[in-house]
Parts: sequence; C-alpha cells; structure tokens
Amino acid sequence: MKKLGSTFKIKDNVVIRDTFTIVGPKEGQGPLKDKFDLVIEDDLWGEDSWEKCELKLQKKAVENLQNKNNLINENIDLLISGDLLNQITSSSFAARDLELPYIGVYGACSTMTLTMGLGALIIDGGFAENIICVTSSHFCSAERQYRLPLEMGGQRHMSAQWTVTGSAAVWLSNSGMGPKIKHVTFGKIVDLGIKDANNMGAAMAPAAYDSLSRHLQDTGIDYDMIVTGDLGTVGKGIVNKMFNEDNKSIESKYDDCGTIIFDIKKQDVHAGGSGCGCSAAVFGSFFYKKLLKNEINKLLLASTGALHSTTANLQGESIPGIAHCLGIEM
Amino acid sequence: MKYSKDNYKKVVDEFTPKNKMLKNCIMAFIFGGAICVVGEIINDSFVAWLGISDNEASPMTSVVLIGISALLTGLGWYDKLGKIGGAGTVVPITGFANSVVSPAMEYKREGFVLGTAANTFKLAGPVLIFGYLASFIAGLLSMVFK
Repeated sequence: MKKLGSTFKIKDNVVIRDTFTIVGPKEGQGPLKDKFDLVIEDDLWGEDSWEKCELKLQKKAVENLQNKNNLINENIDLLISGDLLNQITSSSFAARDLELPYIGVYGACSTMTLTMGLGALIIDGGFAENIICVTSSHFCSAERQYRLPLEMGGQRHMSAQWTVTGSAAVWLSNSGMGPKIKHVTFGKIVDLGIKDANNMGAAMAPAAYDSLSRHLQDTGIDYDMIVTGDLGTVGKGIVNKMFNEDNKSIESKYDDCGTIIFDIKKQDVHAGGSGCGCSAAVFGSFFYKKLLKNEINKLLLASTGALHSTTANLQGESIPGIAHCLGIEM
Repeated sequence: MKYSKDNYKKVVDEFTPKNKMLKNCIMAFIFGGAICVVGEIINDSFVAWLGISDNEASPMTSVVLIGISALLTGLGWYDKLGKIGGAGTVVPITGFANSVVSPAMEYKREGFVLGTAANTFKLAGPVLIFGYLASFIAGLLSMVFK
C-alpha cells in the first residue's frame, strides 16, 4: 500500500461484492423506490420501539446479504458497523445476534464510508478476506435523541433535514468481481463555527470540501460522478460555490445523496435527507447498480458527518464536521 | 481552510432558505384566533345552556380545551396542526397541553415511572418554572405597593 499525500492507495484487491438495502416507508415512496432491496411498511416493523426497529434494520440487512450470497459466518472475518444513537446501540445490539467478530465505530452520518474505508485497509493489509460493513439510521429514534418528541406540534426550519430510516450492508472481499475501492481519504475535522443544529448541511459542507479537494489533488483522477452523503440543498450549494471559487467546478458531475433519496418538493423534507442510512441506502442501491451496469465507472463517494451532541450544543459548542472519501472504480 | 468563521457565515446566509415570515404570521393569526373562537363558544355555551357563572365557566373552558388538545395529540393530529399553524397552536393553552402529552407518550416505552412520569414535564417544565417566578415577583410587588 502506498500513500498519496493524505490519501491511502489500495492495491487492486478490495471488491465491493454485493450490497443489501432496507428503507422505511417514506424513503420507499421517493424517487429511488424501485432501487432498494426491501421497503418496510411502517416505522416499527413489528417491534415495540423505534430503537428496536433500527437494530432490526441492521440485522436483517446483514442476514439478507449473507443469505443472498450463501455467505456463512465462518467465512466472514469482521463486521464493522455504526449508527447515530448514543453508545451506537443499534450496531452493538444487532451484532449481539449476528455472532461475528465486531468493531463498532462512530462517525455520525459519515459512518458508511468510514466503515468501508477501514474495511478496505484491513483487507488490503492482508488481515481479512471478507468484511461486512453496515450502518443504519431511523427518523423517529434520531428525532427523539437529537430534537423533540414526535407528537410535539411545531414548525421545522427550512434548512432542517429529514433523517433517513434505512440501513445498508456492504460485502467487501479480496476476490471476485465488482466495483473496487481504489483510494481512501479519511476526513479531518473542520469546524467553521456553525452552531445551528437545524442547519447541518452548512456545518458539514466545509469538511466535505476539504476531504474532496484533498482526494482530488492527491489522486488526480477525473471521476464520472462525485457524491456527498447528506449535505442537503444548503450544503450542496456551498460545496459547489467553494469549488467554483477555486476554478475547479464539479457542478456538472456532483450530487448529494440527501437530495437524491427524497423528492424534496413533494415529500416535505425541507433541505433533504440525512443520517447514516442516507448515503448508505443511496450508495447501496442506486450508485452500486449504476457501477455494475457501467453507467458510471469512477465514483467518488464522501459520506459527511456532524460530530456533535445535544449536550455539547447546549453548552454553546459549534458543530464539528467530517467527511470520509472513497474512490470507487469499476 | 479558505474561509474564516466570519466570512463563512455570509456564505451560509446566502444558501440558507429563509423562513416564510409573512405566511407564518398569517397562519398563526388564523389558527390562534380559531382556537380562541372555539374557547369563546365553549365558554358562552356553559353560561347560556348550563347556567354556569362567568367565573366558573372560564376555568372549565380551559379544562375542555386542554382535554381536546390532549386527545388530538394522542391521535397524532396536533403536530400536523402545529406544522401549519406554528405559533398559533403553540402559544394558546392547547399548545401547553400538547407539550405535556407529547413527551408523556414518547417516553412510555421507558416505563411508567422513569419514562412517562419523569419526562412528562420535560418541555413544559421551563414554562412552569418561569410562571412560578413571574407570579412570585408579581405577588411580591403587589404586597409592597398595595
């Protein structure tokens, strides 16, 4: 393995063999409704709490991915997962039933590329042959942890985003056919002083710009498509502006998963989707299929996270942003 | 980073959609006014049909409005009204009832005592504290200047 600047260059051996995506009912009515593997009918999915529903999303995503590929536990070296809830309980409680060696990570909404980036390095280092990476988020469990009770009547800010209910499991392997992770750029924390928890896109956009520009400079690759995780309409506009100011416009090939997963005008999601499940579900369904069909050959995926907490927010801290980039090539 | 914190604020303002102030004010006026009209109808009905005195009808009206708001919250309708009505549904006594019932419902899964009971006044607590404080100050002033 070599390093290009701050980017890890992976040998030609980390294949994204398959994915499995599960989303909630609202996501299942969005523009990508036909792309997901499974759409659940309600926010509880037969469980008695939203938190239990979220861990079921993760568990079923992994189990379905295994069943689809006849992948038995003995052949999986590692499960890397993370979610938004305190103490990443969705991940740990899902792993309790999956009986796989488990690493839990926290990267807020950047978790999908964080787990896949770590998985790629571990496989490239020769320590593992097969790794499953999984993340999840749930609108109701996230609202209750970060904001107000669901039945509380009030108005959401126009820049607020809608946490995606969804999960995606991704199988990374050192053999087989499929898109390959070629470069990994882990994010630096960038914090430009945004304190408004209703404007996450603005809080995370500078981190996305920093990671994307480092990755593009380090690798020099001309990507077919550049996608960020959940910046929404606000953050997407800011990232475009920042690249335009550098005279390196990415506008024609840049999009954001938060603006793809929902029909922003019709589905009343204000600035777009967010959450770990946002970039996970959009990559695992929409972009993964596009790569397989060769509609895209080179994809730069950067999940974006806001590493704050309600306590830190109340104590007047600003919101630290992060973005981890994966250069994926067919 | 290419921006300082101050410069970046300007960029953020440029891209952040503004709240629809005029529309929100009009809707708040209509919804808040409508709740008050319902209150007046209830109040007048108590007086006209049940022969209750004005003094007694007033607290009874509040109780009925609180009951209606709690019911609508339980049915999952009040948050939908709140989304359209904004401050018009938050400020009246029905909004207060909503802020008590919604956490009570939300924390049911953590148990009756440490869930519902412990969290019922999570949102309304500050309103009560400042209400007590204001009435204490008002009482003190009226005692001194009477």
